[in-house]
Amino acid sequence: MNQLKLSILDLLKEDARLAPSTIATMLGAAEAEVSAAITEMEKDHVIVKYATVINWSKVDDEKVTALIEVECTPERGRGFESIAERIYLYPEVKSVFLMSGAYDLCVEIEGKNLKEVASFVSNKLSTIESVISTKTFFILKKYKQDGIIFEEFEDDGRLLISP
Amino acid sequence: MIKDKEVAPRVEQPSQAEGMSRYLNARTRDIPPSGIRRFFDLVSSSKDKEIISLGVGEPDFVTPWRVRDAAVYSLEKGKTQYTPNAGTPELREAIGQYLHDQFSVDYDPDKEIVVTVGGSEGIDLALRALIEPGDEILVPEPTYLPYAPISTLAGGVAVGIETFAKDQFKLTAESLRAAITPRSKVLIFCYPSNPTGAIMTYEEMLPIAKLVEEHDLIVISDEIYAELTYGSRHVSFASLPGMRDRTILVSGFSKAFAMTGWRMGYVCAHPDLIAAMLKIHQYTIMCAPIMAQVAALESLSPTGLEEKDRMIESYNQRRRLVVHGFREIGMPCHEPQGAFYAFPSIQQTGLSSEEFAQRLVLEAKVAAVPGYVFGKGGEGFLRCCYATSVVQLQEALERIGQFLHRIK
Repeated sequence: MNQLKLSILDLLKEDARLAPSTIATMLGAAEAEVSAAITEMEKDHVIVKYATVINWSKVDDEKVTALIEVECTPERGRGFESIAERIYLYPEVKSVFLMSGAYDLCVEIEGKNLKEVASFVSNKLSTIESVISTKTFFILKKYKQDGIIFEEFEDDGRLLISP
Repeated sequence: MIKDKEVAPRVEQPSQAEGMSRYLNARTRDIPPSGIRRFFDLVSSSKDKEIISLGVGEPDFVTPWRVRDAAVYSLEKGKTQYTPNAGTPELREAIGQYLHDQFSVDYDPDKEIVVTVGGSEGIDLALRALIEPGDEILVPEPTYLPYAPISTLAGGVAVGIETFAKDQFKLTAESLRAAITPRSKVLIFCYPSNPTGAIMTYEEMLPIAKLVEEHDLIVISDEIYAELTYGSRHVSFASLPGMRDRTILVSGFSKAFAMTGWRMGYVCAHPDLIAAMLKIHQYTIMCAPIMAQVAALESLSPTGLEEKDRMIESYNQRRRLVVHGFREIGMPCHEPQGAFYAFPSIQQTGLSSEEFAQRLVLEAKVAAVPGYVFGKGGEGFLRCCYATSVVQLQEALERIGQFLHRIK
């Protein structure tokens, strides 16, 4: 990947709403070139989506999130791919990672309440044939996610005018 | 005292000392109040949360966590003692290595480097060590405010040398030559420049160095913004042929390492000069705070340097944005190639920089520093610091654009 694309990604990762013209100015590149690079990265699925990071604990309609360690038996020829797919296709599942170490898949699940998450684990996840065991850990508070700190910091502490 | 009265038209006449002021020495009492201070009071008194400030002189980043953490850890370990007067050997060693790697200048950590309380202390030490009463200190302007008052306190006379937008606010040999008198002793050379963002290249500095040699001057080179150059690498005055012994290099961690509040600076020079400055430092300051020295050392670690580079890249992006923005809204702006200031012209409005800046705060809620406070050549310009978030910069440009439209 070329330097321009990497720089564009660095900026968009921080603020997905930056206009191509602004990005072009900031990077000292031509706007057409920046737009073309973005289009190309969208097409190549390098840029997958422009989403919003939400602090759900601030929303009345609270959600429960759990991380689940899943041990499973890989399938001949396909490894963990099809099991992962069977899991990630559920809308309740927010993320799925294949892990090294004591277990195989790390699954993040979101539900309206404890009961809903528990029921998903016992009815959907544990019952998949190749799943051997699950361990559920509920998330109590999110401090930082994807490089973004959730805590609100005080305003700019600088003096308004300084030499 | 500033020699040329035109430089500071707002100098208030020394009043008949009243009350306890009559005990003050005239030198201190008669230093004029700084224009920036007046403007600060105006802006601060408004208490308006909506004001976007481009008036700061410091990074918007807080010190990287690894640096803060190193200081916290040192406190937990009970590192609360004095250090050697010149600073910890480890920090001086690291500064020496860093200056060698970044700017190809070599200083002996044992005899040629003193860690100071901010770069400001370095300027003060240098001037106090060098100046005899009445010696003249040449200062290219517009410039950082404290040089003239510090010169006065040291018993000298600051002589402003005007620089111009047409020269991108670089110091030219002609104007330097014109300002030199038999009393000239020191040239304060501050590039990259606060407030103009101007830099000086190797070729542009050579004729300056020649004059310095011819007239037997000492150069106090304030290189606090050395890391913040965009497009070309900073050239240290000390690296010019024959200039090492004539240069007192002053720098610090405030700007590039986002460490303003730590007050961490250093001064490097010939051992004879350093020995004299160290005397003043040891009797007045003793040593820079140990926890700040620990933090500064961490900022020079390989990962600390990476964090610094990341911040510099971010300033560069915002520099392009803001310069482009000013030109779009019809404010001529020379290309600032260093520091984190843009210095657009407001001459076309017909307002004085003070009037413009005041109305901009009150009517458009954007604070920036009027150019006149920076001395000769500053009138007609506005110092805008772009170390502020992209969203804020865009909003500020929008507001300034609307304001310009209204006052047309």
